[in-house]
Amino acid sequence: MSDQSLIGRSLPRVEIREKLTGRAQYIADLYRPGMLHGALVGSPHPHARIVSYDVRAARAAPGVRCVLTGEDFGDHRMGAFIKDEHAIAKGKVRYVGEPVVAIAAETEAQARAAALLVEVRYEELPAILAPEDALAPGAAIIHEELASYFKVFEAVCGGNVCSSTELAEGDLERGWRESDLVVEHEYRTAPQAHVSLEPCGALAEVDAAGRVTLWSANQSVFRVQASVCESLGLPMSRLRCLTPRVGAGFGNKMEAHIQPIVVKLALAAGRPVKLVLSREEDFEIVRARHPFKVRVKTGVKKDGTFVARDVEVLADGGAYADDSPGVLGYSLLMARGPYRIPHTRCRGTLVYTNKLRFGAFRGFGNPQVSFGTETQIDEIAARLGIDPVAIRRKNALGPDDRWFGGQQLGSNGLAECIEVAERESKWKDRAQLAAAPGKRRALGFACTAHISGLLGTGAIVRLLEDGSVVLNTGAVDIGQGSDTILTQICADALKIPLDRVSIASPDTDGSPYNWGTTASRVTYTTGRAVFAAAREVERQIKTHAAELLECAEADLELRPGGVVGIKGVPGKELPFLAISARAHWRKGGPIIGTNSWVFDQPTVDPKRAVAVGLPFPQIGVYSFGALCVDVEIDETTGQIEVRRAWTVADVGRAINRGSVEGQLEGAFAQGLGFALVEEMVWNGPRLANPTLMDYKVPTSREVPYELHSYIVESPDPDGPFGAKGVGEIGINVVAAAIANAVAAATGVRLRQLPMTPERVLRGMLAAGASG
Amino acid sequence: MSAVPERVHMRLTVNGEETPVSFAPYKTLLEVLREDLGLTGTKHGCELGECGACAVLIDGEPVLACLELAVQCEGRDIQTIEGVARGTELHPLQAAFADLGGSQCGYCTSGMVMTAKALLDRDPAPSRERIKEALSGNLCRCTGYQQIWESVEEAARVMREAGR
Repeated sequence: MSDQSLIGRSLPRVEIREKLTGRAQYIADLYRPGMLHGALVGSPHPHARIVSYDVRAARAAPGVRCVLTGEDFGDHRMGAFIKDEHAIAKGKVRYVGEPVVAIAAETEAQARAAALLVEVRYEELPAILAPEDALAPGAAIIHEELASYFKVFEAVCGGNVCSSTELAEGDLERGWRESDLVVEHEYRTAPQAHVSLEPCGALAEVDAAGRVTLWSANQSVFRVQASVCESLGLPMSRLRCLTPRVGAGFGNKMEAHIQPIVVKLALAAGRPVKLVLSREEDFEIVRARHPFKVRVKTGVKKDGTFVARDVEVLADGGAYADDSPGVLGYSLLMARGPYRIPHTRCRGTLVYTNKLRFGAFRGFGNPQVSFGTETQIDEIAARLGIDPVAIRRKNALGPDDRWFGGQQLGSNGLAECIEVAERESKWKDRAQLAAAPGKRRALGFACTAHISGLLGTGAIVRLLEDGSVVLNTGAVDIGQGSDTILTQICADALKIPLDRVSIASPDTDGSPYNWGTTASRVTYTTGRAVFAAAREVERQIKTHAAELLECAEADLELRPGGVVGIKGVPGKELPFLAISARAHWRKGGPIIGTNSWVFDQPTVDPKRAVAVGLPFPQIGVYSFGALCVDVEIDETTGQIEVRRAWTVADVGRAINRGSVEGQLEGAFAQGLGFALVEEMVWNGPRLANPTLMDYKVPTSREVPYELHSYIVESPDPDGPFGAKGVGEIGINVVAAAIANAVAAATGVRLRQLPMTPERVLRGMLAAGASG
Repeated sequence: MSAVPERVHMRLTVNGEETPVSFAPYKTLLEVLREDLGLTGTKHGCELGECGACAVLIDGEPVLACLELAVQCEGRDIQTIEGVARGTELHPLQAAFADLGGSQCGYCTSGMVMTAKALLDRDPAPSRERIKEALSGNLCRCTGYQQIWESVEEAARVMREAGR
């Protein structure tokens, strides 16, 4: 890399000035002439048949322009994996808060006031609020028509079982026979809310020909387009999806939220309609992280060699499938961890319940299973008297090993991640850590891995007349910084300054397809497309230059600043402007580089593993990580304080170091919440804490100042400049590492999240460990 | 029936400029800023005073605009994110947030910058603990706060050196 390389530098975000001066526009900031405001009426029941609607009073209320019920919507269903969800409740309601009626009025206050006038008659049905109840014989069925729903994979489903999946390698019985020690426990994780600071919202406008333009808070304009069109029965060519700035997502905004309802309101009202959810609605009607019950059983030899593992997951999917089959399958793929365990079987059941749908959330099931698997490794290490880091290193996947299922690893920086975390935390000197009076203190360690990849993506790089560039990918920057990273990749590939490249805002009319900002994928998949499209531009530039400079294309090189010249001949060169002008006006046509591809490496090698009901045949490439935390526990209150943390990730190649660190730190803080405080609590069928007063997320006070992030670079052979993803990996084992530290400090092994002071204290009292 | 008027008319001083404005008397300062004055830089995250996204300065004090009735703000000096830069020149806090990653999705940024500004206006050399404490009412879900604290420290350093 030359000194001018843009790769690896902590460059400021390309859009940062607008965010810092208040000029960035998010969905709530958009207004259209003649715009109406929407409001929703939610179901008061968790499970009921809708008998009738009375919307006369609402229709007659001041300012009301449109009232829609389920009867106004056709029988069209959407869903990423199982198409089980109408745009609005139709015939039945399946969770408290589910939208049943939608209203558009001149002002938001009028719309919300009219919502109070709607009367809906229901015939209540038995509510299923726990996964076990969903599986009980004679349980009420939440989706009677499940068998007839369209599914995008071979789902193993029936009754209230939405999907069941199994992935196995080796011979489990033989594994138990060969084990000297078998440890088995059950672990529980709590439902976690995404709490993007920006609540979900959408704005739709219909043009004179009846075509719809939709702006919304989203993670993929293309998923929004597909979901809205599926659920409304619209041809995709009739809907254009755009994006304003997005106030974070974490999975919450990947699949549809209220976009279909808002589009329908705009179509019915003939006026633009905007609806932004209140914080309470955002908690109650969008989606959240699945609570998991995970049984983990691991067999090992006396020397600490892992031999066998059996994992069984019971996941609460809530009322609709959403991304849940994917989350379940992915969690099972991750349940062996980054280790060699020759005999492994992971099975899971995902059930429908009468709660809010659960779906994608940073980590995608990995944090849930890892809480079990990574804490069980510490239990085993303690039983065998082996150092927790040593046992991990001993069993860690090496460069020549394969992932569970059989996929070859293109790169693997796990050993270095472990080494960095161990060294930086001074793990070996941990016995000397001093606790304050009345406190216990210890370090905790855990390892992880995550994929980056999945599905289709593309890039268009256009050389403008003056030799500057417009990059268009369709990837939504939800705040993680992909606009900057993709711009860096493009500018570096063409050796031009960053400000000579502008990045287009995603637009389903003009951008190449991009599945979405999810699965830690944009840097890896879209970055690859950008790099290839830039290379195509380079090729076309060189074709022109070879003719103009009368040389072979192979003798040409790009020089810094937007110049192409003959290698070794300093004066023989042309600016991009000259090339592009020629292409535009005289010969060849405007220079446009394009690339598109779909991730196609198989996840499962049928010669090595058996997979049933796995919803993704080609998932991604693997990143690795390690985490060490320094934790202090108050003996009197049971309060856990994380004093320091060292988070390490192998990201292949950091394109923007500051942004990589920002992802690792943000993921750690979100993991801290998952570990210690965050829990959505249902009071019967109703979410009891849908406010930020009652649902706590970590504040500036709870995150340790000493949160150190480290980047390991084990380049992926196909990634742009070797890069892999980093969006999710940092959250996966925060809870496990903290639990391991708590066990080391107090002897109390916590197997349920969040690790509240009460749970810690009860554990210490039960163990007689309290001072 | 009460004699509450449908709309009130008053002059609000926002970012040093006195502006006549007419609005329904129940409106919060957040709503009036965003809807009646077109200043959408101040964000709504919860409208219950729990997230800090709508923090503005009133007479130099950080205030949550979603909890403040606009009718109570007449004659007071209201500062919003739109008034922090001098023309195209960013305030040291804005520059530091840009350079050090203090803003990711940007939704908490306006409130964060305003709260940090109130801190630095009164304490030019705050300790890390003081910064953590001062920002503890402003939620950020993206950054893990690290790069925000570093940005505030850097801005404090730059402002001290410039003698501002």
